[in-house]
Amino acid sequence: MSQTAPIGADVTPLPTPPVRRAAEVIALPKPGAARLPKLSAHANAAMANVLPPLITLVLLIGLWEALCSSPSSALPPPSQVITDTWQLIVDPFYDNGGNDKGMAWQLLASLKRVALGYALAVVAGVALGVLVGQSTWAMRGLDPVFQVLRTVPPLAWLPLSLAAFRDGEPSAIFVIFITAIWPIIINTAVGIRNIPSDYRNVAQVVKLNGLEYFGKIMLPAAAPYIFTGLRIGIGLSWLAIVAAEMLIGGVGIGFFIWDAWNSSLISDIILALVYVGLVGFVLDRIVAFIGSRITRGVAAA
Amino acid sequence: MAKAYLSIEGIDKSFSRGPATTEVLKDISLTVDKGEFISIIGHSGCGKSTLLNIVAGLTPATSGAVLLEGQLVDEPGPDRAVVFQNHSLLPWLTVYENVALGVDKVFRRRKSAAERRDWTMFNLELVHMGHARDKRPSEISGGMKQRVGIARALAMEPKVLLLDEPFGALDALTRAHLQDQVMQIQATLENTVMMITHDVDEAVLLSDRIVMMTNGPSARIGEVLEVPLERPRRRLELVNDATYLACRAAVLKFLYERNRFVEAA
Repeated sequence: MSQTAPIGADVTPLPTPPVRRAAEVIALPKPGAARLPKLSAHANAAMANVLPPLITLVLLIGLWEALCSSPSSALPPPSQVITDTWQLIVDPFYDNGGNDKGMAWQLLASLKRVALGYALAVVAGVALGVLVGQSTWAMRGLDPVFQVLRTVPPLAWLPLSLAAFRDGEPSAIFVIFITAIWPIIINTAVGIRNIPSDYRNVAQVVKLNGLEYFGKIMLPAAAPYIFTGLRIGIGLSWLAIVAAEMLIGGVGIGFFIWDAWNSSLISDIILALVYVGLVGFVLDRIVAFIGSRITRGVAAA
Repeated sequence: MAKAYLSIEGIDKSFSRGPATTEVLKDISLTVDKGEFISIIGHSGCGKSTLLNIVAGLTPATSGAVLLEGQLVDEPGPDRAVVFQNHSLLPWLTVYENVALGVDKVFRRRKSAAERRDWTMFNLELVHMGHARDKRPSEISGGMKQRVGIARALAMEPKVLLLDEPFGALDALTRAHLQDQVMQIQATLENTVMMITHDVDEAVLLSDRIVMMTNGPSARIGEVLEVPLERPRRRLELVNDATYLACRAAVLKFLYERNRFVEAA
């Protein structure tokens, strides 16, 4: 410090005091600030990511506890929920026959329906999206139909599919299918239409045939868009399955919630909601992860 | 009468949107000999890229025809490989895979898998990119991408190599370096090259002939200039070379005196 001040004073004799003050302020925090991140860079990063949601969670549960702990409250506080549902939490795999199964089985039954309906939607959606994206005539013919149909709420399809299939199981799967397919079609079509003409030119010069063009240019180039559609689709499927299962009954997290309501087991409903949220979150992350893995080159360009 | 290697015969091109028709190219005729390096220069918007796309077969001509070794050109193909202005590498493939895409397709029947692999690597080495074979385009610089683009085109063993402002997007130093490399490669392989450019020095340095185009719409070939410089040409020696300067002056005169760029008001 004693060295910097005179240098500053030599250059500009008049504003000496501010220069000296600035030098002091900068010089002091530097050593400490430089050491801290070196010591615990990882711990810091983890804290920065984990701490905010943790604080939010604690605050929300605290607020909920405070609001619902009076005896006249219509909803149970979190402490009550945990004691009520402790058996369900610790034993997710019991099976007493019929609908009386553990939470894991209920969720698995729902996931199975979603997996089937969603898989069908992915295949049909990507295929139709490619068709609409490639062919101007297919787009002109089909796009208006898609735009109208996609606004139909998922559950509105249920009575129709029950009438057609005369069974709950395929109807639920159909509802998932019809819910997930629209964003997949539309995003795939947009992705195909947005393939840079340069890539098409490259394919033409190299003389790729239709199948090679599809596999080597079209799918990778449109992959970021396709995965956007897939992610929206999986989210919507999970939204729709709960509602659909409430109506068709049987084993499944949707009907579990409806059943709990009919038996006034509010705590069970709350536990189921937490599980539904967590599973939906995980599903979204899985699709996002696969997408980021597959499209890593494309996004960077 | 000896037939020309590549001959462009009376090409007209007009684009129509609804009732409005814009004539871009008007009666373009040109012949290129085997092993010749020819540049097409003109102000932006004069349709020189359109001309290249017609030769490549990517854009159909309104009338007229392109003949390569007497064969009518009516679709794109590897015998007229294009180096695109913005490299156009496929970002999801590695450097090697980008070049191999063309090699595997063109030589599927003629070469074994091992031969194709060697040929791909040979072309990457030709542009000094062998070291980056496993990198993705996003991981290499602009100049390197363009070198891979050149390797991809060369690897298809085209009868005519079409360069569409290949160095336009690069900085001056990288550009000079790549120009030298292209000259070297052309000296070794004796390719027939047709290059679109708007850089006067580049045109004079690289070309045997410079085709100067008038301003669009209805661009025509204004003048064709022979560049009688000995090869190999060295950039530094040419700086004060009288022939080089005269050629340069001639092109500049054409571009800036007789066909000044007209701003669309």
